[in-house]
Amino acid sequence: MSAIFPKWTNRLPLYIIIGVLLAGTAVTAGVWYYCTPKYTRVGYQPIQPVAFSHATHAGQLGIDCRYCHTGVEKSWFSNIPAASTCMNCHNQVLKDDPRLALVRESAASGKPIPWVQIHKLPDFAYFNHSVHVNRGISCVECHGRVDQMEEVVHAKPFSMAFCLECHRQPETKLRPLDKITDLAWQPESHAKQIEFGKRAMKDWKVESLQTCSACHR
Amino acid sequence: MRYFLLIFGVAVVAVMAIAGRRYDDGGSPSRKPPIYIFPDMDRQLKLRPQEPNGFFANGTSSQLPVAGTIAQTKPIMVGNKAVYAFEDSPVNTGKVAGSTNFVEVNPLPITAELLKRGQQRYTISCAPCHGALADGNGITKKVGAMAVVANLHDQRIVGMTDGELFHVITHGRNLMGAYGPNVPTEDRWAIIAYLRALQLSRLGTLEDVPQELRATLK
Repeated sequence: MSAIFPKWTNRLPLYIIIGVLLAGTAVTAGVWYYCTPKYTRVGYQPIQPVAFSHATHAGQLGIDCRYCHTGVEKSWFSNIPAASTCMNCHNQVLKDDPRLALVRESAASGKPIPWVQIHKLPDFAYFNHSVHVNRGISCVECHGRVDQMEEVVHAKPFSMAFCLECHRQPETKLRPLDKITDLAWQPESHAKQIEFGKRAMKDWKVESLQTCSACHR
Repeated sequence: MRYFLLIFGVAVVAVMAIAGRRYDDGGSPSRKPPIYIFPDMDRQLKLRPQEPNGFFANGTSSQLPVAGTIAQTKPIMVGNKAVYAFEDSPVNTGKVAGSTNFVEVNPLPITAELLKRGQQRYTISCAPCHGALADGNGITKKVGAMAVVANLHDQRIVGMTDGELFHVITHGRNLMGAYGPNVPTEDRWAIIAYLRALQLSRLGTLEDVPQELRATLK
């Protein structure tokens, strides 16, 4: 019978076990590392129709986020400014620059600039900007250091776990209301942050909302 | 076994080489749109603001209101009276009702709260050009980008009525654009109240300071 099954077949079960273990480990590691919004979304940096630099405007010049995103405190979405807002300055600054041709054209014709949206929640999650920025959550918590971005890049994963991280303990992220658009602001210490956060939760009636209907309706 | 290990190794290296590192792990940003592994109902057939959308003729989801439309908003409280946005009232127009004359003074009662709001809104919308001190030395002047920025301490502007200031903020003047669309009515009046405080700070004399505080000034 030895002619039918050569000797190495005795080690076959061992090979199979090693093979399955290796492949299993590799697939698990791959899924863990790649099948997450940290890989599928974070780092998205589309080419925009106009090379607008947040680093120049919000960072270097120090223009407040709300100069352009005027609706963020009143509305559930943070508006992209109309081209006329750009023209408030750019009717004098870089008046004839070809990089701004599209902006001038849009302001004159009313035809919107086709900006590419980067930050998008699923359509079944209802995020409200005004509720967050009026109660001590800074832009930076979800959008990262936009004031340092030459081109905006998707900085945070926007997964449900990412939202819950903060919803489970809002006191770790709340900040004074006059520091909402100060993206560089840091609490003095962790203890101070927790102390302030706990007090703010009480004063502003911030709840740690973890019910489904808080975000999904 | 040797072949299996070889193929396995090549496969792992190939996946890592093609997929690259995560951005938060030091990888480079990507021009490609996000990947949906499980699309679920992430994208639904509904209008979201400021999106391209084929439903309307002009191809955008957000439509402009018909010319002359006045949005329904909460009324502005002037004292105890609620003034709605469609009313011909000094709060909405900066003009005396039924005439084209600008109102002399701010129709909103001047409170510490209003001034505080004005300061905040002034810093956001006005200070980039006119400067935190209203002297026309904002950041746009400092970087040499803008040639003409009004010094709001000019006699010409100090002498304007509050109503005219409201008109200028709302509709713009000369090179300054209209801020009516970006700054809500109440905030415009708050900004004017705060601007008056800034102007007063330059025009004040020693006599305006209470006797007991004069010694603290240098």
